[in-house]
Amino acid sequence: MITHRVHRDLARAISGVENGIVELASALATLRAQGHGGAEHRAEIIGITGPPGAGKSTLVDRLIEGFRAEGQSVAVIAVDPSSPFTHGAVLGDRVRMQRHAGDAEVYIRSMASRSSGGGLAPATRDAVRLAEAAGFDIVMVETVGVGQVELEVVAVADLIVVVTVPALGDGVQAIKAGLTEIADIFVVNMADRPGANRTAIDLKQMVRASVREIPVLQTIAQDGTGVSELLSAIVERRGEDDTNAVRAVRFEVVRQARDRAVAAALAALDSPDAAAVLERLRDHELTRNDAIDALLTILGGPVHAH
Amino acid sequence: MPIKVLVAKPGLDGHDRGAKVLARSLRDAGMEVVYTGLHQTPEMIVNAAIQEDVDVVGVSILSGAHMTVFPKIMELLKQREVEDIVVLGGGVIQEDDVPKLKAIGVREIFNAEASTQDLISGIERIVAEYGRDRTRREAAGAR
Repeated sequence: MITHRVHRDLARAISGVENGIVELASALATLRAQGHGGAEHRAEIIGITGPPGAGKSTLVDRLIEGFRAEGQSVAVIAVDPSSPFTHGAVLGDRVRMQRHAGDAEVYIRSMASRSSGGGLAPATRDAVRLAEAAGFDIVMVETVGVGQVELEVVAVADLIVVVTVPALGDGVQAIKAGLTEIADIFVVNMADRPGANRTAIDLKQMVRASVREIPVLQTIAQDGTGVSELLSAIVERRGEDDTNAVRAVRFEVVRQARDRAVAAALAALDSPDAAAVLERLRDHELTRNDAIDALLTILGGPVHAH
Repeated sequence: MPIKVLVAKPGLDGHDRGAKVLARSLRDAGMEVVYTGLHQTPEMIVNAAIQEDVDVVGVSILSGAHMTVFPKIMELLKQREVEDIVVLGGGVIQEDDVPKLKAIGVREIFNAEASTQDLISGIERIVAEYGRDRTRREAAGAR
């Protein structure tokens, strides 16, 4: 049973990791010490992604309604973009979910994307873990409106719903490359608009070659049409296979390896050896390409002259 | 870390252009602004403030209902043990009511003459004084 106290303690735990004040492990320990959930508690984590204005928030609102009708508690982490210039953000996803504001079994948290460019915020993954540990049955992650390459949600979610709308550019152009590769379920929202069937057919053709079946559904989130079919599709996917776990782990390993490599490169550039190389570059003693080679040698450790 | 603000519009008041303009100005000042839409009850405002863990709740009222809305909000914050969330008021609020609102814990009232810049610097000052300290204290306690 989720109480308002859970909301408060979870909210503060998320802020702690979001602002780099506490590590995830100690935030989890604090939640445990406060008597919430259990370390073994597992939630089903559903990612909702798609282009801006496709109706993701409205669809999330409908899914909350559906899961609540089944008696499940729901946490939502909704990410909106930060300004790259001022770092400020207007977080408006709650507006569409207001009717759940009084329900203690529903927790909604907005996050600004901050420095991240992958469709999520740097702390979204941790926030999901915390919501899971706090005892929620379902955790939904709504990404910022994405194009083709913001695919970080695969590292977080067990199941990914890609939402699109009819006639976005040339057929399904807008979601062609990356997004089609991560979808477990496709939703053509605003299906009362012209071109919905065409978009659905295009998508079905596109996913035909996939290893497993990827449902393509049509919804009108505004009035709830098609949402029960979407809920059934989600339920059917449960426990099907671990393809997503494999994908998520691969993605996360690459991401962390990349972060480490970047940190190592930055540290190497701060070394006295690198400073000497850069000094020679400044003094026209080295070409740019020679300087890059020399710096990469420093990064890769000592290389003996041949 | 950015200041996180909830901009709330309670009651039957049907105008939110001002609130939206305000949200954008605060964003441009580098804040993270949660906007929840119109017709919020005090309960909805407090629930959102808790779930979002904001530093500041800015309540804009033009309808004259401030003497019922603010006491209810302050009472709920106390009940839920989140009195450290700073509450600010704005809109059309009679001068006589300002001390009464401050007495129940509303930290500051920005009337119609306050500029956006007054509001931004007011929020920054008040948060520096009363706000984020909470999170830091709790973090230190948790370690």
